[in-house]
Amino acid sequence: MTLPVRFTGDLAELPTHAFGNRSLTWWGIIGFFMIEGTGFALAIGAYFFIMGGEQSWPPAPFSPPNAVAGTIFTILLLLSEIPNTLAKRAAERMDLKALQKYLLIVCAMCVLMLVPRALEFNSLNVSWDDNAYGSIVWTLLFLHVTHYLTDFADTAVLTALLFTNHSAEPRRFVDASENAMYWRFVWLCWLPIYLLIYWLPRWVS
Amino acid sequence: MNALPDLPRDGEQLQGPALEARLARTWSDAPGLWGFLTTVDHKRIARRYIVTALCFMALAGFSALWMRLQLAKPENSMMGPDRYNQLFTMHGTTMMFLFAVPVMEAVGVYLIPLMIGTRNLSFPRLNAFSYWMYLAGGIMIWLAFFLNIGPDAGWFSYTPLSGPQFSPGKRVDIWAQMITFTEVAGLAVATVTVASILKQRAPGMTLARMPIFVWTMLVTAFMIIFSLPSVALASGMLICDRLIGTHFFNAAEHGSPLLWQHLFWFFGHPEVYIIFLPGAAFVSEIVATFSRRPVFGYPAVVMSVVATALLAFGLWVHHMFATGLPRLGYAFYTAASMTVAIPSGIQIFCWIATMWDGRPRFQVPLLWVVGFIVTFVIGGLSGVMLASVPIDLQVHDTYFVVAHFHYVLIGGAVFPLLGAFTYWFPKFTGRMMDEGLGKIAFWTIFIAFQVTFFPMHFLGIMGMPRRVYTYPTGMGWDALNLLSTLGAFVLGAGFVLFLVNGIFSSRRGAIAGANPWDAAGLEWATASPPPQYNFPHIPVVFSRTPLWDNRNHLPVMTGLRVDDRELLLTTVMEAKPDVRDPSAMPSPWPLWAALATTCLFVCSIFTPWAVVIGTLPVAAALIGWFWPKTPPKAEPVIE
Repeated sequence: MTLPVRFTGDLAELPTHAFGNRSLTWWGIIGFFMIEGTGFALAIGAYFFIMGGEQSWPPAPFSPPNAVAGTIFTILLLLSEIPNTLAKRAAERMDLKALQKYLLIVCAMCVLMLVPRALEFNSLNVSWDDNAYGSIVWTLLFLHVTHYLTDFADTAVLTALLFTNHSAEPRRFVDASENAMYWRFVWLCWLPIYLLIYWLPRWVS
Repeated sequence: MNALPDLPRDGEQLQGPALEARLARTWSDAPGLWGFLTTVDHKRIARRYIVTALCFMALAGFSALWMRLQLAKPENSMMGPDRYNQLFTMHGTTMMFLFAVPVMEAVGVYLIPLMIGTRNLSFPRLNAFSYWMYLAGGIMIWLAFFLNIGPDAGWFSYTPLSGPQFSPGKRVDIWAQMITFTEVAGLAVATVTVASILKQRAPGMTLARMPIFVWTMLVTAFMIIFSLPSVALASGMLICDRLIGTHFFNAAEHGSPLLWQHLFWFFGHPEVYIIFLPGAAFVSEIVATFSRRPVFGYPAVVMSVVATALLAFGLWVHHMFATGLPRLGYAFYTAASMTVAIPSGIQIFCWIATMWDGRPRFQVPLLWVVGFIVTFVIGGLSGVMLASVPIDLQVHDTYFVVAHFHYVLIGGAVFPLLGAFTYWFPKFTGRMMDEGLGKIAFWTIFIAFQVTFFPMHFLGIMGMPRRVYTYPTGMGWDALNLLSTLGAFVLGAGFVLFLVNGIFSSRRGAIAGANPWDAAGLEWATASPPPQYNFPHIPVVFSRTPLWDNRNHLPVMTGLRVDDRELLLTTVMEAKPDVRDPSAMPSPWPLWAALATTCLFVCSIFTPWAVVIGTLPVAAALIGWFWPKTPPKAEPVIE
């Protein structure tokens, strides 16, 4: 037998969506931040572990990666934060037209970034199977490319969704706001990796 | 009742059987196989997780018995080294990755929503996806074993042994990819657990009122989140070394086998606590109920759990004492390894104090707790011995270590798990487990465990190494090995007895009410077994022991939708009602996504192009999963 109940209050007036840490989606994304952030941190740790075993960095006879493509990608990625922030604000004031516009701009910039991103693999001046240095540099780049493509695909699907009748649901705006937060994480993760791949070999060599 | 059939929310006008019928309609799965494949009910998923984990435990147990049979006498020719290598690899891998972690998470998946008073976990489809991934990984590795291509480089697959030079073929790749499957599953459940515990607690269940079980599962989930990426990264690197010629662990090209050990043990040591802490969680609940008082020193126990988790990430190098470390490294990791005994000790003293100050009823669940305390303390003492570098170097890779970790893992996790099965069996099935059979199973397993593993301390001190398929006569190891083998078979019989009791009791056991043990937690406020929606109304909590505070009624809140799946989100610290959030309907997409991911993972054992091509079906399945299937519905007007 279960206990008889005593009513102490009613929840019907509560809202059915909320932004930020009031939303379940936000917590799910924080969980993925922690997982992916730990993965990146450990890969960076592996980079330094391998670096500690070398006499020079990059190890002779390899030269540091050419930084042009990576730098162009980085500049575009940082610039994409402008429409991303505008999209997040539009989502939080539930302005569908503005949200659609800014998300389309973010998507267009993602497409543009594909070009320098692809060229980065040709700029490393080392192959993954040359030595451990090549392996870890390729791994860092590969991990971030996966990260970037995943959120690009996510943003593209969300943008498409916002042009259907599902855009009427308030939780789509919550999704858009959390997606913008995820994009920030994508470029935040890239900055240390960019320094490790392109600049640290120059600074210590 | 018939005059109010369409009320969209529960309340004073919609309660009792009418409400339950409405909720059952909304929260039920489709009938038959389709319902089985598409369910997102945390209880169904947890049950199948537990059954699957027990099947894997049985397979790993048979592997152990087979090994013990081989070691029963010296120079035994029953099997050769290759079979033996596969067996100890499969035994360790299965017990750690396919039994211990999943079964602990699964008990949490079943109980956490009931303990925090919610209708389902957060992200229920992710939870369903995690099970299918786990199942696929387990089936893959055991199929490989049955095809005689089982992994054979040990459960930690040390490089360079596991590298392309010394382990040609696909055995190690299968091991490494099984790791990826279980990591995806484990991380998914951990994320679901954290979000559920922080956002879905019943109104009034502040962090300070959370059951210790829930605290511990929260801490464990964080440990999973911060440790599993390490082994996922390591196994990914290992596959790359083997498949596409990277050199992470190849010393000839300036990689390092020690990098593997660091990454593996950065995961591997917290893993031990990921297995032990849920055991401690079960113990805290059982001790309180059977001592008929709340756990002594609630803040001390919670802080100990948190401290254990933090310290667990600072110990991994003690698995590497024999690799040659800087002196400071020895000193630091010895100190850290000894320090972790302190929070474990605090918990044990709190449990003993609870029993001391309470009125203990020595029924079967509490017997398992007592068995746990005795066995775990012995394992803890040998652990403190091993933390000392000179002793560690002396007994490294001997049976002393085998004895130690079986004492802490079986004593620290399996005994509490068996206690937990007995304790929550009435909630799972609606029936009580047989007390007499339960006591016989307890004493059989407890005594047989000591007979099996205690002699291994002596074998290790006498120098018997681990992972040898046989040993010569005249070493003085014969009698102790035979004793250990005899103990192992009795231990196996004890587990069979426990299982028989479970099967028998689930059909013929005495009918249990909602709260047969007179326990204090919210999970005992709902029917046994719970309905699909867990609680007809959302319970409200005013203390850590809600059912002991008021034995006459359950305070509840009303107003959640009954015509649509809806959960209550509360604030993180104070658990104040905040948002009504929709909960996912059953869906086949987690299964399709898991199948697509399985194809990607399995094919990537053979070609790196699978990672590129296989991404497309995975992406398609994920888009199908997330794309809304029903047109938007308007919110019903509040009456």
